[in-house]
Amino acid sequence: MQSSPHPVALHVEDLHKSFHGKSVLRGVNLQVPRGSVFTVLGPSGAGKSVFLKCLANIMKADAGRVSFEGRELSPYDSVAQEGFRRRCSFLFQSNALFDSLTALENVALPLEQTTDLGKAEIRNRSRAALSQLEMEDFTGHYPAELSGGMQKRLALARAIVTRPELVLFDEPTAGLDPLRRNAVFAMIAKYQRQFHFTALIVTHDVPEALAASDRVALLNDGRIGFEGTPSEFSASSDPVVCLFRDSAQALSDSLAEIRRSNPMPHTL
Amino acid sequence: MLTWLGRQTLCAVTEIGDFSLFTAKSFCCVAKTKGLAKRVARAVHEQGTICLPVILIVGVFTGLVLGLQGYHVLSRFGSQGLLGTLVSLSLVREMAPVLAALMLIGQAGSAFAAELGIQRNTEQIVALETMGVNSLGYLVTPRLLAALVVFPIQTALFVILGICGGGLSGSLLLGVDSGVYWSAVHRAVEVGDLSECFIKSAIFGLLAMSTCAYQGFHADRNSSAIGARAVSACTTRAVVLSSILVLVADYVISSFFV
Repeated sequence: MQSSPHPVALHVEDLHKSFHGKSVLRGVNLQVPRGSVFTVLGPSGAGKSVFLKCLANIMKADAGRVSFEGRELSPYDSVAQEGFRRRCSFLFQSNALFDSLTALENVALPLEQTTDLGKAEIRNRSRAALSQLEMEDFTGHYPAELSGGMQKRLALARAIVTRPELVLFDEPTAGLDPLRRNAVFAMIAKYQRQFHFTALIVTHDVPEALAASDRVALLNDGRIGFEGTPSEFSASSDPVVCLFRDSAQALSDSLAEIRRSNPMPHTL
Repeated sequence: MLTWLGRQTLCAVTEIGDFSLFTAKSFCCVAKTKGLAKRVARAVHEQGTICLPVILIVGVFTGLVLGLQGYHVLSRFGSQGLLGTLVSLSLVREMAPVLAALMLIGQAGSAFAAELGIQRNTEQIVALETMGVNSLGYLVTPRLLAALVVFPIQTALFVILGICGGGLSGSLLLGVDSGVYWSAVHRAVEVGDLSECFIKSAIFGLLAMSTCAYQGFHADRNSSAIGARAVSACTTRAVVLSSILVLVADYVISSFFV
């Protein structure tokens, strides 16, 4: 895939974050093209979720600049932050659904609280969002009554109901089986094309991310170690990329070596 | 020792400032929160129904005990006819606002702190903020406004039941003439006493629910406990601190009225 011609939706410059003296982000630089599916890959503990939370101002970065559509999002500029929140949605790893509200109420909540739409319009838009995600039969169910995959779809319905321009996905496939992982990535790609939002995903699921993304980046040791298209990632000879990308092959080689050096004793 | 004392004082001052700011911000959200009336009505219903049985039981038994003890003390001076005065003034001026507040803290306050603690732990509060919803306005403001209504109503109920309980033990069990009892009640309670009662209960309601809200809302701040333990720790802190605050506030307000 060629490099994207889209203008930049999100621009991150030299982002730093540390906890109790331990640096997690050490100068992250990234440009996310508008209307693309951009995935940040990285091993567990690389700081992917921290990176996403710094972008959404859930955590305050120690240093660095984040700009959305050309406007800098200073954590202390409440007007810019409020504007960003209205145009951005965040899909939490834990889904963060309201357990005392039904599926329909969960989806309607951001519309009720942040828009001036009438009750009927809110109900229609919430129902439409749920039916687009094949959840129309579960509008009266509470999150605890839904399966993990359904909860993920419900969280996505809530994230897209406000028609955001940017959706941040924090490990959307965490804890899901391979089939459900594929389904979630397919769902993101499908709705990104339908609603034309920019999707920024952090995950460590390499094959699914490569299949669903327009661009990928590798966050390692607090910095972006690689950025490019999925085909460039697949062809890269960068040792860090190779280590992460070919981890399954490396495991297979290690196991073969173990089997060779410790043959199974013959049993009767 | 001096360093420790200084650090603790600074922590306490910071916490008091933060708590005051939290409460003020919660009230400033009134104009900005959508659907507030509906949420306040729901909170009034929740707080009211949760606490009603306890208020009924404690109110009646407090009156019964006051009648019993009061009769025996007054009979030493041959003043059994003042039983109505003793029971009604004790309840209206002190016992009903304080005991009703403590019962409400134990029931509605603890439930509120635990609910907010769980919402903080499961990222529901952060999710609200990322959606652009004012979390204080949506979660805390309706409960604080409801407390300003529920606490005085429950206190009034406590007073009525307590006086009836006192009358029950005094006239039915101990032989005080019921006409004498009720006329003493009627003569003793003045508008100033009722004002003190309702001012106290409204202030206790505000203090108690904002303390519970503050503790639950910041359940993640306590570094010594995480997860379920953080929720239990914040609930315990909420109940203990708000009970202490109510008793301290009772002394301060009483000193203005006496």
